[in-house]
Amino acid sequence: MDFQLSDDQRALQEGIRSLINGAISLEEIRTKEGADDTVEQAWWDALNDAGVFSLLVAEQDGGVGLSLADGVVVAEELARGLVPGPLLSTMVLGPGLADAAGGMPIALIDQQSPNSAVPLLLEHPQTVKSIVVLPHMGDAAGQCRRLDPSTLTLSLVDEPLDPLTPLAVVQGTLPEGEAIDGLDAVGLRQRSLVLLGAAQVGIAEVTVELAVEYAKGREQFGRPIGSFQAVKHLLADALCRTELARSACWAAAVTLDNNDVATREADTLSCSPGEVRWRVAAGAKMLADDAALANARTAIQVYGGMGFTWEVPIHLYLKRARVLAQTLATRTQLADLLSALI
Amino acid sequence: MDLRYTEEEEAFRLEIRAWLSAVLPSLPAKPASTDWPARRAYDTHWQRTLYEAGYAGIDWPVDGGGRGSSPVEQLIFKEECEFAEAPYIGTGFVGLGHAGPTIIAEGTQAQKERYLPAILKGDEIWCQGFSEPGSGSDLASLRTKAVRDGDEYVINGSKIWTSHAEVADYCEMLVRTGDDDSRHRGISWLIVPMDTPGIEIRPLTTIGGSTEFAELFLDDVRVPVANRVGDENDGWRVTMVTLSFERGTGFVGDLLESMRILRSLTELAKRTGLWGDPSIRRRIASLTAAFDGLWALTKRNVSEAARLGVPGVGGVVFKLSYSENGQALCDLGLDLLERSGLAASSIAGADSLGDLPNAELVEAWIKGISLTIAAGTSQIQRNIVAERVLGLPKEPK
Ligand SMILES: Cc1cc2nc3c(=O)[nH]c(=O)nc-3n(C[C@H](O)[C@H](O)[C@H](O)COP(=O)(O)OP(=O)(O)OC[C@H]3O[C@@H](n4cnc5c(N)ncnc54)[C@H](O)[C@@H]3O)c2cc1C
Repeated sequence: MDFQLSDDQRALQEGIRSLINGAISLEEIRTKEGADDTVEQAWWDALNDAGVFSLLVAEQDGGVGLSLADGVVVAEELARGLVPGPLLSTMVLGPGLADAAGGMPIALIDQQSPNSAVPLLLEHPQTVKSIVVLPHMGDAAGQCRRLDPSTLTLSLVDEPLDPLTPLAVVQGTLPEGEAIDGLDAVGLRQRSLVLLGAAQVGIAEVTVELAVEYAKGREQFGRPIGSFQAVKHLLADALCRTELARSACWAAAVTLDNNDVATREADTLSCSPGEVRWRVAAGAKMLADDAALANARTAIQVYGGMGFTWEVPIHLYLKRARVLAQTLATRTQLADLLSALI
Repeated sequence: MDLRYTEEEEAFRLEIRAWLSAVLPSLPAKPASTDWPARRAYDTHWQRTLYEAGYAGIDWPVDGGGRGSSPVEQLIFKEECEFAEAPYIGTGFVGLGHAGPTIIAEGTQAQKERYLPAILKGDEIWCQGFSEPGSGSDLASLRTKAVRDGDEYVINGSKIWTSHAEVADYCEMLVRTGDDDSRHRGISWLIVPMDTPGIEIRPLTTIGGSTEFAELFLDDVRVPVANRVGDENDGWRVTMVTLSFERGTGFVGDLLESMRILRSLTELAKRTGLWGDPSIRRRIASLTAAFDGLWALTKRNVSEAARLGVPGVGGVVFKLSYSENGQALCDLGLDLLERSGLAASSIAGADSLGDLPNAELVEAWIKGISLTIAAGTSQIQRNIVAERVLGLPKEPK
């Protein structure tokens, strides 16, 4: 057991971070706020060239053949960098599958429960070239299907909550699309939950870093606000949330990667390896959703009035955290999923 | 990032499992939780059993007489002990977790030979005399004075919250040997035999009704200078060695116990029908996620300790999160008991329910309240995280 980043993972983390800071950068990203298409082709190409989208694809299928544990490291970095776009769905599905469906970027959408009253919303409607639909979570035998986005009737949402994640309402019922043989819907959902969780960990971490820097420099009552305990304790709790969630996401990734790990854990918990996989994936996203939302709000609090301005980027992280928290499974759904396993 | 165990580690796990299943059935009956002499006897018997099998001091280095197991082996050992419901370290905690490791790190050869084997064999029990009525969180302000008189120190003052002092043979005591205002520059670490004349032990009753800790009154207590560990006035540094030990794998047993309680609460909710309430189910699910996360964090910390040779900062993060979640768990336990949680001794539930775990859960709830106080309050831990991990400026003094 060596449950830390390996040297390779550390190198991957640093590589992606410097790629994002150099080729993409927060300033450039912010020029896209409110745009209908917030993904610059050059950014996409840079990530693609770096192997981000083929990272999880097996080598024999032309991918890089890394593990979900490596994917988690990358997802944390993408979210820290606030990089917009259907990144995680393209990562988890891979370029090959995207090509077969109509090309990258590829979106992953969740087939809603038939009695849902909420309209289906598609993220990055002007950017995605193909779509995969996951069968509804309650539909155990359901198959993944591919859809051509041009067959959808979309109406763009005027003001998406996250100005970097444009949205469209899908009008009418979703077309049938084409069943994809051999794509494991359960595994796909579980892996996606873990990547979403990892992205939330990135947000939880970077918002605390921003707030700590601010708290060291901003002075009130003749001393840095970071020397006040009321501020320190907010940030200490925030750090604990990040590290707890990160531990859970890493463990979930390793458990999904490795059959032996899932089997031995199943032994300990007297359940099946399949149940272990759901448990770790749901638990990880639950902790990570909590951490990202609470930490981004904490960071705004530490910034005071400045934190409530559009200029300071923390609100963008908070809004992105809301998007991720509402993707594939909400906190309540995750809790219900988990409680059915215990 | 690897969670697999090596073949040797798996073999070690099986060895421990087999050994536990062989020795546990012949264990004496568990004593009442308020009977401290009986608890001491029970704990030392278990320690002796560990010693004879070669498992004493699993987390101690070999040159201290321990097993020198890797952090991962320690984790496996503690995990197997918890699954098998083996006894806890109990009153052996200070000797095995604090005093022993301090003597290993800072003691003389003579001190090591005199004290370490007796701790490992379960012959001698230690208590910790750090806190004082005037000095808790601000430990460096302690005032109990030790004055040199020939080859002895003469100690005057008092200590408080000394856990299981009544049944201890020795006390690891911090005393002031420097000027009154020398703070951490004037503290020494002494080994004080508890039967030394001049020590009066006055038991204090906890909110659980147990005399778990005591106040020590020290009136011209004479101990040899040879009982000092480390240099005179260097006791603060010596103590820090001990405290960082506590923040390593020290809480693994408690965490696993909490996880067991959580599983039993799930069963209880299903038995009583409260499981049908979605808000209860979701609370249990949230706690399950949190405790799974704490277990994963423990593995990260253990791996970090294995790499660095010392526990990293993760221990403080763990203690803070664990304390809060532990209290939430205990609150859930009482909520599930509904009005039967008003009875602290066992009462029978309706026939269809079977035995209620009310005594156990009430005890856990009470004990849970001390999680955010003992071994450094959560406020102090937050200061530590903020200043040492996040690098925020220190408070003005
Ligand atoms: C069950 C139990 C067993 C114990 N066993 C032992 C033992 O065996 N040996 C031993 O030496 N001690 C023992 N202790 C003592 C324990 O270490 C102290 O209680 C603890 O360090 C707090 O000190 P205090 O009780 O004096 O509280 P105080 O330090 O007076 O604190 C009171 C309150 O003020 C807060 N506070 C204090 N300073 C600050 C600050 N700078 N910033 C923010 N908040 C602050 C604290 O967080 C707390 O909420 C035990 C305690 C308990 C509860």
